[in-house]
Amino acid sequence: MVEELTHPFSKYLRSAMIPHIWCPGCGNGIVLNCFIHALDELQEDLDKLVVVSGIGCIGRTAGYVNTDSFHTTHGRAIAFATGVKLANPELDVVVISGDGDLFAIGGNHFIHAARRNIGIKVICANNFNYGMTGGQQGPTTPAEAYTTTTPYGNIEPSFNLVHLATASGATYVARWTTLHVRRLTQSIKRMMQKEGFCFIEVVSPCPEIFGRRNKMKTGLEMMEWFRRASVVENFSDPSKADITPERIVVGEFVNIEKISYEKLFHEKIAHINEQKVNW
Amino acid sequence: MSGKKALLTGAHFISGDIACAEGAITAGCRFFAGYPITPATEIAEHLSERMPEFGGIYIQMEDEIASIAAVIGASYAGLKAMTATSGPGFSLMQENIGLAVMTETPCVIVDIMRGGPSTGQPTMPGQQDVMQAKWGSHGDYAIIALAPSSVQEMFDLTIEAFNLAEIYRVPTLLMADEVIAHMWEKVEFPSAKEIKIVNRRKTKVSRENYMPFMPENDFVPPMACFGEGYHFHATGLTHDERGYPKTQSSEVQSKLVRRLCDKINNNADKIVKVQETMLDDAEIAVVAYGIVSRSALSAVRKAREKGIKAGLLRLVTLWPFPEEQVAKIAEQAKAIVVPEMNCGQMTREVERAAKETPVAFLSKLGEEPHTPMEIFEEIRRNV
Amino acid sequence: MPERIKHKPIDEEKVKHPKAEIHILTDQCKGCGFCIQYCPKKVLEESQEINARGVYPPKVVDEDKCILCGFCMAVCPDFAIFVTEKQSEEEAC
Repeated sequence: MVEELTHPFSKYLRSAMIPHIWCPGCGNGIVLNCFIHALDELQEDLDKLVVVSGIGCIGRTAGYVNTDSFHTTHGRAIAFATGVKLANPELDVVVISGDGDLFAIGGNHFIHAARRNIGIKVICANNFNYGMTGGQQGPTTPAEAYTTTTPYGNIEPSFNLVHLATASGATYVARWTTLHVRRLTQSIKRMMQKEGFCFIEVVSPCPEIFGRRNKMKTGLEMMEWFRRASVVENFSDPSKADITPERIVVGEFVNIEKISYEKLFHEKIAHINEQKVNW
Repeated sequence: MSGKKALLTGAHFISGDIACAEGAITAGCRFFAGYPITPATEIAEHLSERMPEFGGIYIQMEDEIASIAAVIGASYAGLKAMTATSGPGFSLMQENIGLAVMTETPCVIVDIMRGGPSTGQPTMPGQQDVMQAKWGSHGDYAIIALAPSSVQEMFDLTIEAFNLAEIYRVPTLLMADEVIAHMWEKVEFPSAKEIKIVNRRKTKVSRENYMPFMPENDFVPPMACFGEGYHFHATGLTHDERGYPKTQSSEVQSKLVRRLCDKINNNADKIVKVQETMLDDAEIAVVAYGIVSRSALSAVRKAREKGIKAGLLRLVTLWPFPEEQVAKIAEQAKAIVVPEMNCGQMTREVERAAKETPVAFLSKLGEEPHTPMEIFEEIRRNV
Repeated sequence: MPERIKHKPIDEEKVKHPKAEIHILTDQCKGCGFCIQYCPKKVLEESQEINARGVYPPKVVDEDKCILCGFCMAVCPDFAIFVTEKQSEEEAC
């Protein structure tokens, strides 16, 4: 066992910001790890990559990757990313954010970006609550779960994110947990090479805040829940892809071809400028 | 109007909104994200047609918040970007205007002011957003706001707004009222070589040493854009010169916030523009902006006819507030009259700068701006 | 249930299996335990020495058992463990 070598992914990380702020057992580090692993396997041109994140623990990701990155206001990462991708379609724009940022305050931006099929890639770390602010309920909080704002148990039904993404028009939709590190990495690779709006939900442990209030007080206990309950059902009906204490349906749900918004727009520009304008 | 890829030149008879849109294109704006709202919709509609002719991007976003977010993104990706809205949309955009200030994003936001508050009177003019232009977003910051008072200025000041935004890396506001936006006047479009266009200062530092928020002597940091290989980070959190969040340090907070304010306030002498008419010997000075300044000019002329030594200070820049210019006329004038289409906004700034000199505020709300007669009567009352 | 027939590869003696070198950045570890739990060959266990963060990082039990699957490296949230292939003795000289 030797300690002098540096981690092979060090070049993808801003050394001044490491170690990151995430708790022991937090899945955000795994999401970041898989993302970098995918970039490494793809030999991604880091000059062309822009990472955008919103507010939340996972939102800190933009600060850790050693690429052009932007940390937006709460919920607006996708709208910001739309501007970037349209302004320079050559850039690979990846949004890495959380369940609350993308689907509560940012919900409207998500469905419209998916509808437009703008070529941004979205990775959502779903940890079932608002971790950064102390563990409040979010749109993916499971039924009966305890959070700081549902002290009597959650009565709100939770969003099925892959169903929402599919219905909104995404060209690639997948869900994995932070235990499925290899499949997650492969999904990210696939997504990065795909045209159009892509979405990956990563079911992620938040042991310190969500897990602790729901009888899973360590990262290991939450990962064991993933191991026990996960079932891979590729291309099954996303509307039936539940997340319950007994069953977490994971897999790739959608992988279709559809022309992206930026391509359509630039085709339109070319078309207009060839034609004469009649007044 | 000519077709593809041709900037307008020569004399044209157009509306304020169209002039603003053409000004944006002339200034080099190649990204517009907006949402329909009376009375700014025509800007979006015109740009939806003109932007693609120049290879620029037009997108109608799902709401105003998305619009300003996309504008900030496009600006960071290297394009000059703009959005246009009115009161309700302007309120929605405030959080992200704050983000643009914090991340020092050059962009232009047009607010065609209408009757407020809330949904108000969508088709009627107002000047009720001028304080919001300065204080609308939370936190301490400084911003630039311009007030056109003619269709020609809708063209000229839009170009000026883009130049200021690029020079100072700040969101610049164009605060026009509905009358200026919807009226039709003759506009002279100069040829391209007569127009001064300024672009953002690029960094000369190497990639390894680049710090996105390291200012030069004028408080402005040179800007790199996405895709140029600088691998920089920008955040709305309080950050140091490297752009990394530093949320626990009073020193960093103090340094950053004060610099963002100093960037505009200490450069006010280069930014502020006013137009002075008959002020040399004026005893009653009228301070006005926007459509009201047109009536004020007639009123001042009428006053002179009647032997009253009146003069007009027209504010072209609302923020940073032209304190020096107002203080100067306050020294010689017996009274200052401030007509506004609101319940008293810029008049407070005038009072502050005028110190001992009495300021008479003339308020008017509703469809009609102050008539020259109304302002003349007020001048006469203060002789 | 079909009978499982275990064959021994003919060239098992000749083929060199890659040897692993496990690198643990002990002070970067936050003690989540994922690598220890999910190593398929149980190569790691919790060390008894507390690190600078006040938690127990992993330590290698038997480096020879490591099959270089890289799962520990992939599942570590803190970039605190990685595996490289050890240079064989003949190549090292």
